Amino acid sequence: MAIKVKIPPMGESITSGVLSKWHVADGAVVKKDQPLFELETDKITSEGTAEAAGRITFKVAAGADVKIGQVVATIDESAAAAVGAAAPSVASAQEGAQSAGQSPAVRRLAAETGVDPDSLAGTGKAGRVTKGDMLAATEAKPAAPSPAAPAPAAATTPRAPGERQTRTKMTRLRQTIASRLVSAQHEAAMLTTFNEADMSGIMELRKKYQDDFVKRHGVKLGFMSFFVKAVVNALREVPGINAQIDGDHIISNHYYDIGVAVSTDKGLMVPVIRDCDKKSMAEIEKDIADAAKRARDGKIALADLEGGVFTITNGGIFGSLLATPIINAPQSAILGMHTIKDRPVALHGQVVIRPMMYLALSYDHRLVDGKESVTFLMAVKNALEDPARLVVGV
Amino acid sequence: MSSQSFDLIVIGAGPGGYVCAFRAAQLGLKVALLEKRATLGGTCLNVGCIPSKALLHSSEHVAFARTHAAAHGIRFGSVEIDLATMLKRKDEVVAKNTGGLTLLAKGRKVTVVTGEAAFTSPSTLAVKGGQGTTELTAKNIVIATGSAPVELPFMKFDGSTIVSSDHAIAFPTVPKKLVVVGGGAIGLELGSVWSRLGSEVTVVEFLPKIIATYDDDIVRNFTRLLQKQGLKIEVGAKVTGFARGVLTAERDGTVLEFSADKVLVSVGRRPYTDGLALDRAGVQLDDKKRVKVDDHLRTTVKNIWAIGDVVAGPMLAHKAEEDGAAVAEWIAGKAGHINWDLVPAIVYTHPEVASVGLGEDAAKAAGRAVNVGKFNFAANGRAIAADATDGFVKIIADAKTDRILGAQILGANAGELISEVVTHMEYGGSAEDLGRTIHAHPTMSEAIKEAGLAVSKSAIHGM
Repeated sequence: MAIKVKIPPMGESITSGVLSKWHVADGAVVKKDQPLFELETDKITSEGTAEAAGRITFKVAAGADVKIGQVVATIDESAAAAVGAAAPSVASAQEGAQSAGQSPAVRRLAAETGVDPDSLAGTGKAGRVTKGDMLAATEAKPAAPSPAAPAPAAATTPRAPGERQTRTKMTRLRQTIASRLVSAQHEAAMLTTFNEADMSGIMELRKKYQDDFVKRHGVKLGFMSFFVKAVVNALREVPGINAQIDGDHIISNHYYDIGVAVSTDKGLMVPVIRDCDKKSMAEIEKDIADAAKRARDGKIALADLEGGVFTITNGGIFGSLLATPIINAPQSAILGMHTIKDRPVALHGQVVIRPMMYLALSYDHRLVDGKESVTFLMAVKNALEDPARLVVGV
Repeated sequence: MSSQSFDLIVIGAGPGGYVCAFRAAQLGLKVALLEKRATLGGTCLNVGCIPSKALLHSSEHVAFARTHAAAHGIRFGSVEIDLATMLKRKDEVVAKNTGGLTLLAKGRKVTVVTGEAAFTSPSTLAVKGGQGTTELTAKNIVIATGSAPVELPFMKFDGSTIVSSDHAIAFPTVPKKLVVVGGGAIGLELGSVWSRLGSEVTVVEFLPKIIATYDDDIVRNFTRLLQKQGLKIEVGAKVTGFARGVLTAERDGTVLEFSADKVLVSVGRRPYTDGLALDRAGVQLDDKKRVKVDDHLRTTVKNIWAIGDVVAGPMLAHKAEEDGAAVAEWIAGKAGHINWDLVPAIVYTHPEVASVGLGEDAAKAAGRAVNVGKFNFAANGRAIAADATDGFVKIIADAKTDRILGAQILGANAGELISEVVTHMEYGGSAEDLGRTIHAHPTMSEAIKEAGLAVSKSAIHGM
C-alpha cells in the first residue's frame, strides 16, 4: 500500500514554500522517520520526515514550489516489507553503502564544490553518481569564487555583465526578509533615538561572577541577558512601547516575549525568548544559546519565531559602531546594540577612558512619542550602567 | 525411442551452455544439458583456453630456464624438453577441469545427455548418442553450440600438416618450422608455445598489423617484443597456397615463400550450427551465419534462445558465460544483466595484452575527445624486481567527464590487471577514481593507478 508524503502544516501564516532538496534518491527504500526533504518557507527551513518505511516515488522535483498539504511523494510500504522480510541484513548494508558508496572522485568534488551527490540523479550503475554527473552539476552551479585564483587584469573595455556576475535565485527566507523590511519602512513612521552606555559596570560584574555562573548554570554570562532584563525593566516603565497597531486599534501587550536576532548563513532569524520577566538571567542565556544553535542548524520551528513584543539586535558582534535598526513589524520598537569601544568620556569633571557602547532605539512614531522613546532608552542605559537598579527595581 | 521433458534444454556444454544450465538449475528449473563431446566444457576447456594456457605456462618455464635464469643467478646444465610429459600434464589439466564440471552438473541435478542434437520441432530435439536416439522436449531451448575454426578453402585442414588450434595443442613432436596464418590471439599464443619449445615460427598476417583491434602503440611494442623472442612476423601478406612444404603469400605484388613442416591456420572461428536442423524449428540465421537474436538473446522463435559464439559479438568464453547466466535468469523470470560494452579481451602471450572498452585509436577515429594516461612498467618497482618491465598501461577517459572509456595493457599479467579497470567502468568510474583507490605496494597494479593519475597528468612516478 502506498502512503502519501505531504507538506506538513507550518503555522497560520504559511501557505507555501519551496521543496529545496531531496535527502533521498527517487526509488530509494526509506526508513520510518528518516528525513526526506528540506522545505524552505517564508520564515524557516524545516525537514520533512517519512511517516512509514517503504520505497519512495517522487511527485515533484527538488526546487519545486509546493503548497501546504500538497502530495510530494508516495511511499510504497510493501517494498519495505519485502526488503525487510527477505534480507534485513542486506537492507542495512545497502543503507550504509549509500553514503559510503560514492567514488573517491565524487567525494572529492562534493567536498570541493559543495554539490551534494545525493541531490543528483546518477548515471552510473544502479543510479550511482559518477564524476561526470558531479562535473555537470558543478557547471550548472555558479562557481564559488576561488581565493587562489589570480586576480584578473583590470578591464580596459566594458565587458558583458554576465562575465563578472552570477545570478542566484533568492531563498524564500531572503525574499521574506526583503519584503518585510521594506513594508516596515513604508508603513511605520520610523524614527531612531540614540544614547550611549558605559559598560564598565556590566563588565566588572561579568568578570567577578563568570566562573561561579558557569559552574552553577553551565552557560556563560553574556551581555545579552543584561540587555534583555534592561529591556523588560524599561518596557515596564514605558508600557506604551509594549504595544502594536492593528488597523485602527492599539493592542497593548501584557507579557514580555523578547526577540533576539541571530545571524545564520541563510539569513537573519529572530527567535523569541518567552516570558523574560519571569526568567532568571541563566535561563535567558540558556534559551538564547539554544535558539541560536537551532537557528543555525536550520532546526528552528516556526512557533519559535512568532509572538515577540520587542526585538534586540546586536550589530556589535560584527563591529558596528552605530546603526539604525528597522523595527520588526508589527512590533513598535527595536533596540540596536553596538560594539564596545574604549572612549574618553567626561566623568565628574575628569576625562576618563571608559568602555562605551552606542545604543539605538528605532520606534514607530505613529504609536510611540519622542518622550516615551527617550525615556525608554534612558531606562535601558541606566540599568546597563548600574545593573543593581534591576535588582532594586528602579 | 524414449522421451523426456524439461523446463530447459541447453545444447552445448561450453562455458556459455554449462553456466546457463547451472544457473537455471539454481533457480529451480528442470534442466538438460546436451553435449556431443564425451566431456563437458566445450572448446574452451577441451581444446581451447585451458589446454593452451597449460602449454603456455609449461613453455614459459622453458623460456625462463633457457633465457632468463642465468641473470637471476640460477644455472641449469642443459635444459631438455620432455614433450610427452608436457602434453600429459596438459591433458591432466583439462581432465581436472572437465571432471569438475561433471561433478557440478551432478550436484545441481542437471541431466547431462551425450550425443548430437537436432531440432524436430520448436520444442523437441532428437539426440543421437551411443545408446540410440532420445527425444527431449522443453519449454525453453538454448542454443550454445559455439564455434569452429575457419578453414581456408584453398588449403583445407588435414590434421597433420594444415592444422587448426585443435591440433596445434597436441603436436606429437616439436615442428622444426611452423607457419602461423593469422596474427590474432590464438595464433600468437600457440606460435609462442612452439617457438619456446624450439620451433622456428613465422606469423603471416593479412592486415597491416597483428592483433589488429588494439591501439597502434600497443601493437608496435608488442610486435617488437615477440620478434625479440624469435618469432618472425610478416604483416600485410595474403596467403595464397601451400605445396610441397612451402607456404606462399603475396605482398604488394611480391611473392613470399615460407617453408613449413606444419601450418597452423588461425584466421578466425565461425558460428557452429551444423546438424542442428534449425530450419525445422524456424530459427533464422543472419547474413554472417550467426543465429539471429534480439537484445535479450531470443531467436526468431519465442522459446528458443542463443548465446555465446553462435550469436553476434566477441567470441570469448567469459562473454558466453554472461550470456548464459542472463538467459537462465530471464527464462526464470528474473532480471538478468549483461554489459556487452565491457567485455575484456586478452592475448596470453608473454607479455600479455589486455583490453577493455574503447581504445585510443578507435576513440579518436570516432571523433571523441579523450584524455589518455600512460604508465610504463619500467617505472614500477615490482616490475623491476620481477624482471617484467616490458610494456605499459593506457587508460582512455572522456575529456569532459573523466569517465573511463577503455584501457589497454601490455605487460606480464595484463589479463589479471585489466579486471579492476572493468570493475571501475562497470560502476561508471572516472580515471581519477582509479588514481584515488589504494593499490597495494609493491604490485604491478600500481601501474594502473598511475596511468589513472596520468590521465590528468598527475602520475607520481612518471613524467
